[in-house]
Amino acid sequence: MIVGQLPILQVIVPLLAAPICAILPFRRLTWLIALAASLLALAIALTLLDQVLSDGPISYLLGDWAAPWGIEYRVDPLAAFLLVIVSALGSVIMLFAPTSVAREIADDRIFLFHAMYLLNLAGLLGMVVTGDVFNLFVFLEISSLSSYVMISLGQSRRALTAAFQYLIMGTVGATFYVIGVGMMYMMTGTLNMADLGTRLPAVAETRTIIAAMAFVVVGIGLKLAMVPLHFWLPNAYAYAPTVVSAFLAATATKVAVYVLLRLVFTVFGGPAMVGLPVDQVLLVLGIVAMFGASAVAIFQTDAKRLLAYSSLAQIGYMVLGISFLTATGLTATIIHLFNHALMKGALFLVLGCVFLRVGSVQISQMAGLGRRMPWTMAAFVVGGLSLIGVPLTVGFVSKWYLIQAALEKGWWLVAVLILLSSLLAMIYVWRIIEVAYFRAPGDDVLQIREAPVMMLIPVWILAAGNVYFGINAQQTIGAAQSAAAVLLGSGG
Amino acid sequence: MTPETALVAAIAVPAAGALLIGLAGKAPNLRETITLATAVTLFAIVVSLVLSWLDGARPDVTLLTMLPGLSLRLTAEPLGLLFALVASSLWIVNSIYSIGYMRGNAERNQTRYYIFFALALASTMGIALGGNLLTLFVCYELLTLSTYPLVTHHGTPEALRAGRTYMGVLLATSIGLLLLGMIWTWQVAGTLTFTPGGIFKDSVYQPLIGILLALYMFGIGKAALMPLHRWLPAAMVAPTPVSALLHAVAVVKAGVFTVVKVIVYIFGVEHLSTVISFDWLSIVAGFTIVAASVVALRQDNLKRRLAYSTVSQLSYVVLAAAILVPLSVAGAALHIAAHAVGKITLFFAAGSIYTAAHKTEISQLDGIGKRMPWTMAAFGIGALSIIGLPPTIGFASKWLILQGAFEARHMLAIGVIIVSTLLNAAYFLPIVHAAFFRPEAADATPHGEAPWPMVLALTATATATVVLFFLPGVPLELAQQLGDIAR
Repeated sequence: MIVGQLPILQVIVPLLAAPICAILPFRRLTWLIALAASLLALAIALTLLDQVLSDGPISYLLGDWAAPWGIEYRVDPLAAFLLVIVSALGSVIMLFAPTSVAREIADDRIFLFHAMYLLNLAGLLGMVVTGDVFNLFVFLEISSLSSYVMISLGQSRRALTAAFQYLIMGTVGATFYVIGVGMMYMMTGTLNMADLGTRLPAVAETRTIIAAMAFVVVGIGLKLAMVPLHFWLPNAYAYAPTVVSAFLAATATKVAVYVLLRLVFTVFGGPAMVGLPVDQVLLVLGIVAMFGASAVAIFQTDAKRLLAYSSLAQIGYMVLGISFLTATGLTATIIHLFNHALMKGALFLVLGCVFLRVGSVQISQMAGLGRRMPWTMAAFVVGGLSLIGVPLTVGFVSKWYLIQAALEKGWWLVAVLILLSSLLAMIYVWRIIEVAYFRAPGDDVLQIREAPVMMLIPVWILAAGNVYFGINAQQTIGAAQSAAAVLLGSGG
Repeated sequence: MTPETALVAAIAVPAAGALLIGLAGKAPNLRETITLATAVTLFAIVVSLVLSWLDGARPDVTLLTMLPGLSLRLTAEPLGLLFALVASSLWIVNSIYSIGYMRGNAERNQTRYYIFFALALASTMGIALGGNLLTLFVCYELLTLSTYPLVTHHGTPEALRAGRTYMGVLLATSIGLLLLGMIWTWQVAGTLTFTPGGIFKDSVYQPLIGILLALYMFGIGKAALMPLHRWLPAAMVAPTPVSALLHAVAVVKAGVFTVVKVIVYIFGVEHLSTVISFDWLSIVAGFTIVAASVVALRQDNLKRRLAYSTVSQLSYVVLAAAILVPLSVAGAALHIAAHAVGKITLFFAAGSIYTAAHKTEISQLDGIGKRMPWTMAAFGIGALSIIGLPPTIGFASKWLILQGAFEARHMLAIGVIIVSTLLNAAYFLPIVHAAFFRPEAADATPHGEAPWPMVLALTATATATVVLFFLPGVPLELAQQLGDIAR
């Protein structure tokens, strides 16, 4: 039965498509393969989400070796939700890619880009479906290695140093993670997440486990660019090809947050957690990220870098939501995974259009674009408003739940801080909008035309998503709430 | 049309109008026809709503569920109907005026102007008819966003700076304070539906009510309570019809409207009167009334003087609501309407002086009454209404507020109103005096009246100011109904 094999197919499809792309140096053909694989992955993810929401979690045993000895793939509402986010954003971004990639990546390397993209996709999807902490490490490495390559494909030579920087930090992170996993294995004799979750409390007070928790949290913190472990991210996003920045911003950080959720709740036990006070650490780091990164974003001159810092701040919101350890807080984090993917995806794709026509994403070069590229910049306005959290956009929904979670805990000061930081978002978004709409265009801008329709369609799919899911948030909230319930249930 | 359809149409019609205006951008005459047709249709819809309300219909429509348990919802109630009536009727007049002004001054980007104007009206209707706080908040934000391109219409560095202040203050207060207050209310009360008598249970911790009230009062930046009033004078860089309809009627009234609505339907007048630390609001409002009047006295730029006068008049509504007796609440509602017709007349006059004579400062207006008799006569009537003298509608609303203040023995309010009336007279009457009784400067360039659509518009609103004094009819009826609800 093919339906029973869906969890593994979710990973296998892009994983097998990648080497095919790698041996076929025809960029049109490899693009089609990449797009088809992404769409197929999306179809599988949607089917899985549907199954999970109606029939409950799916457990898939790799090679029929029973858990906890064999590797278990486990798809619960949270995992299925993430699968949909990653594969949907991958599909839209692939739809956008051809023209943008042709402009930003050398012709003879485009097929490689497609291969790397597919590997990355396989790695990310694998991290989500797996229920095994070591298997997760394997997929983490797959996705990391392929992202180093993708970043280094950027035009400027500085892309190479950015990729190298990321490689060092990413490797440190992965190593920390695997050290932590090793320690936990030593103490409990298991690598299965659910099994770890039941065995850890007995040994939680030992110094080994406390150290292990610290290692894995720092390791994953590096991957998700949690302030202060974020130094690789701004350069990586700024110098990578725009399509890559869009893909990484929309999916890779989300999966890292997912892994953090899994670790904190399924493995460490969430509210019942003993040993390391991970929640308090996350609370402080989340708030620092919200403010520090937003404040730095205000002073950027490069739009891509600005969005990168904004991503750091948004990751801060997600981390903050986790730190509440409540159903509402988790709902806020999980809904923001989806919502942020929509907004950052849209905004980075807009920059892809801008780069195609202007050849730069310096904010000063964007003067007068509001007139020259009305559809592109209108999408930017929508994404930007969503980032600020204006009602009728997804950003508002996220903010609503996050603040509610803070008030529920009685932490009204945190609620105030969340709102203040969204005012910082207003400042940095408005800087770009003012330049694009009110500054007189330079002479070279006058010849600029609107981006091609094939690029505008994916941009507007995401922009419209920002509005649609902002007005009608019932389904996404429903999915996020059941995902949060599963996390808390398994932690109790 | 059923009242339910009318509720939805009140928002859909101006929104659709914006779309059509955009499509007709290449043909100015068609475009302006669409604007006028939309305005007239909207007014007809609102009138039908008011009539069916007076007949006893109580329409209530849930548009869609946005978040679990929270929907976008439209409900008719007296205050909202009154506000919708004022805004939609003045939109017709203002559109006529706009056509004269925009063409007379050969403004650029006229299509954009009319599109966003229609969108602003759609948002205003959403505020007026919103059935819960969420709907109101959503439309409140949309109103800020849709008026931003109107404020920055000229695109000059000055307009841009003003636009920053405008957006900055309005979004910062609404996101920073109002949103927080709203989510907190949702947390505490479990509902955001506007309910006569309020939604908080008596068991709610009193200091929390005080905090929430502060969040609302300062979060509603559009009500321009000091010290959050700076955006309003800044917004005066916009073309005058924008200042006239949006920054004397729609936007600022949306602010005080929300204040009254929150006091009556979220907190409940009776419930609030038991809260001990409530009196700060009347002190802040009273201070704003007097201070803004003093500032207005010192402005030489006509539009700025009008803007500060608006700041002061807005706080009348807040003060009236804060007196917390039914009479004064009715007075607050009526003052929303009274100030609207009076102030729009004054702005119309200012715009028509600018178009005909290119004068913006009060010191340049000596003797202008002889060249522009219609305009300056209308200005005089508008000024009388703002001061609160008969035979204008401004007298009626002030009378109600004062009566309420006496009933509640609210000495502060009585004192403030008396002082401010004197100040109002001090900053308006010299203008009228100079226009009619001082000789014109010797080197004056001759000019006549403004284009006829503008004169028509300001004559119409000036007439309405007087007619409403004798026949207050429906507005008074709606205001009194609100007073009954607040009882």
